[in-house]
Amino acid sequence: MAKKQQTWELRLYVAGKTPKSATALQNLQKYCETHLAGQYKIEVIDLLVHPQLAEGDQIFAIPTLVRKVPEPIRKIIGDLSNEEKVLVGLNIRPMKQLIQ
Amino acid sequence: MQFLAKTKTGISGLDEITMGGIPQGRPTLICGGPGCGKTLFSIEFLVNGATRFKEPGVFVTFEEKTEELTTNVASLGFDLDKLQKEKKLRLDYVRIERSEIEETGEYDLDGLFIRLEHSIDSIGAKRIVLDTIENLFAGLTNEGILRAELRRLFLWLKDKGVTAVITGEQGEGKLTRHGLEEYVSDCVILLDHRVSNQISTRRLRIVKYRGSAHGTNEFPFLIDEDGISVLPVTSLKLDRKVSSERISTGIPTLDEMFGGKGFYRGSSILISGLAGTGKTSIAAYFVNEACKRKEKALFFAFEESPPQIIRNMKSIGLNLEPHIKKGLLRFQSARPALYGLEMHLSNIYKIVREFKPKIVVLDPITNLVSVGLINEVNSMLLRLIDFLQGEGITVMLTALMSVFDEKMDEGVSSLVDTWINVKDIESNGERNRIVCIMKSRGMKHSNQVREFIISDRGLKLIEIYLGPEGILLGSEREEQKLHKLKGQALKDQQERMEIARRRQGNGIPKQPKQKIRK
Repeated sequence: MAKKQQTWELRLYVAGKTPKSATALQNLQKYCETHLAGQYKIEVIDLLVHPQLAEGDQIFAIPTLVRKVPEPIRKIIGDLSNEEKVLVGLNIRPMKQLIQ
Repeated sequence: MQFLAKTKTGISGLDEITMGGIPQGRPTLICGGPGCGKTLFSIEFLVNGATRFKEPGVFVTFEEKTEELTTNVASLGFDLDKLQKEKKLRLDYVRIERSEIEETGEYDLDGLFIRLEHSIDSIGAKRIVLDTIENLFAGLTNEGILRAELRRLFLWLKDKGVTAVITGEQGEGKLTRHGLEEYVSDCVILLDHRVSNQISTRRLRIVKYRGSAHGTNEFPFLIDEDGISVLPVTSLKLDRKVSSERISTGIPTLDEMFGGKGFYRGSSILISGLAGTGKTSIAAYFVNEACKRKEKALFFAFEESPPQIIRNMKSIGLNLEPHIKKGLLRFQSARPALYGLEMHLSNIYKIVREFKPKIVVLDPITNLVSVGLINEVNSMLLRLIDFLQGEGITVMLTALMSVFDEKMDEGVSSLVDTWINVKDIESNGERNRIVCIMKSRGMKHSNQVREFIISDRGLKLIEIYLGPEGILLGSEREEQKLHKLKGQALKDQQERMEIARRRQGNGIPKQPKQKIRK
């Protein structure tokens, strides 16, 4: 139960307001609300505004979701349309509605 | 008319075969197997741009960490850290770790584009290297997206107007493993590192160059402490200036055979002969004469060590030591098997450029065959002779002929201007040397065979004795001399002269009348 107290720090890298980025953000918010309600933080970084930030997280594809906390760092690229893959990628334990 | 603008790579030789460099503002693909020098090539392109052509550059590596890269090229004298501080170069490491990445849904490589743009703009780069972008294929599974994005990337680079070099690993039956040549179609350079007969040679070929003429052959290239140098065989020009100045051979009696004046300055001379016929001695006298004229001479000894040559030459009345002390003569000895032909060639280039001799001797060139095939040696010598003659240097080569094959000799002899052959004739229980001039371009030269005598007083050529007994050499000739002294010889002599005259009448030997030696 200790894990529950942890705040998930997620960072989504986008480049402008493209449909792909919008979809990714929508999807991410939906998953987080469902599975991590109240214990997550999403930071959206627009590389068109801050191009120098791309190097730090080794970003080359857009959109990229980076899980900063908990460690280790994980990355998911794409519009996050596949919920299962995202959950596996972030190593999120799904809430009951998914366990069947 | 607008011609294709080109960007100089600054890599010696490459700009010549591409006739000015790689296409400006377009991508060029450099491909080849592992260890063929792709990364080095691209680094040198950037460093030269930064240091010599005022074109800053970005190096984007997909496989090596930037620190590793900096260390690796430091041995070539490239100080990447300094260039980075001066904002002339920027290193960027794009790490793609498959295990950290999960893919889901649509994406594009805008992140990479943004990074590249940021790097390019931050230093105002005119050149960029992507080494090697194929690593993206290893990191991403969606090849469809990747290919579409690569196409977009190269178009974007063109729009950006930077001259790009893309490296790619050679694939089986293809130029690159993932078919990058599909996207980069303006200029493709293939590097190759092959080993034949245990000797490795690096080669470079321009596979294609859209909109420009280029050398199409495979050109050998070298990687040494000065970086890369391509040695273009076909950049040989036959339009250099020639000198009509004559220089002495160092042996007065040999000069006589060349109309009393010796060789042309800047020409190439081949001395061929069997083992022990005195080829090195002739070369040593030639060098000695040059030093006496206060000209610098460089002697490449592939067979003997310099002290050995100096000692041996003392035995025939030649002391080379004072010339060495005065700095006029330099010996450079190296075992031919020490390194490959191209390395030898580049070494010779380097030493010649540094020492600036007027005379160069290579003794003997035939030993180089042990490190290369005959046609390779010939092509190397061709380039060498061309280089030396371009610098106005007179070059003397010695070639050891074997009794079994005279192939080497024939190949080289067409390259040289003057060819002197020394032969052994065994008769009457002794071996005597004879010398003849096989050819000498552009000058009157004797067609006679002379006897070649090496004594402790030096080298001398004497007219051979031609009598009713045939050609007399060595002790037989001496005997004939004594015979004559007996007075009784007079009559015989007249007879012989008569015969000689008749022979001349037949037009066979064209030679002056024999004088009675006393």
